[in-house]
Amino acid sequence: MQISTRYHDKTTIFDLSGDIDFANSPEVRRSVLSEIQENRAPRVVVNLSEVRYIDSSGVASLVEGLKASRDCGSRFILFGLSTAAREVLQLSRLIKVFEVYENEEQAMAS
Amino acid sequence: MSHVKTFPSRARSNDHERMPGCRGSLLLMLAIYSNPKWLSVVRGAVERLTETLGFPPAQCRSITRAVDEALTNIVRHSYGNRPDQPIAMYFRRAHRQHDGEVQRGLEVLLCDRGLAVNPTALQARPLEEIRPGGLGLHFIRQSMDSVEFSRKGPTNRLRLVKYLAQANSSL
Repeated sequence: MQISTRYHDKTTIFDLSGDIDFANSPEVRRSVLSEIQENRAPRVVVNLSEVRYIDSSGVASLVEGLKASRDCGSRFILFGLSTAAREVLQLSRLIKVFEVYENEEQAMAS
Repeated sequence: MSHVKTFPSRARSNDHERMPGCRGSLLLMLAIYSNPKWLSVVRGAVERLTETLGFPPAQCRSITRAVDEALTNIVRHSYGNRPDQPIAMYFRRAHRQHDGEVQRGLEVLLCDRGLAVNPTALQARPLEEIRPGGLGLHFIRQSMDSVEFSRKGPTNRLRLVKYLAQANSSL
């Protein structure tokens, strides 16, 4: 799993790739929470288009990011969900809790 | 090699006779240590196995997810995140009588020698709560037809079974 970060205006974009599982979800959690809580990014966008697999600990990291962003008054947006990522968010009934867009263009325009 | 732990064995008695459905031949056996870095290796093997057995793509993903979440639970709760403890997995054919027909499937038995698990604690949390954590067991139960936990001596045993729709069966 790899994480890279881009900055565009007042938006922080995380590009995640590979599998997010119990081995690396703490790294996702740290990166996302740091950006929201320490850097006070007004909008955090997570690009999941290169994520093949995400487990419950990865979902938990995204939920923590969402909660932290709500606490800080910022927005937390996901885009590019693979079939597998969409399935786990649907199974956990979280798909409607997150702000989800098909692609980066839509996410940035929102 | 003194650090090498003994991997838990599949069965020490004829307890399979008490399990619902009949057990078939062993398809695959995997033994790993409880380091999370091996989770992706197991997922790869389970994906290929379920594809080979003829499960449709969505079920291949859900069975793989169930095994992955079960392993994560073993690492976290049974072994308290210690990375050097043994986990054994046995993948067998399974079959049962269903609506007058033989339904074939896959049985996955996961064995560890960690802390005894309290079966009453194996409850998925309500999904109405929007909070991190507690989703793994929910994913397992949603994915599999049968989820049974037992403790045999020092060994925790989690048995997962998924049956295949008749038309897809290549088992």
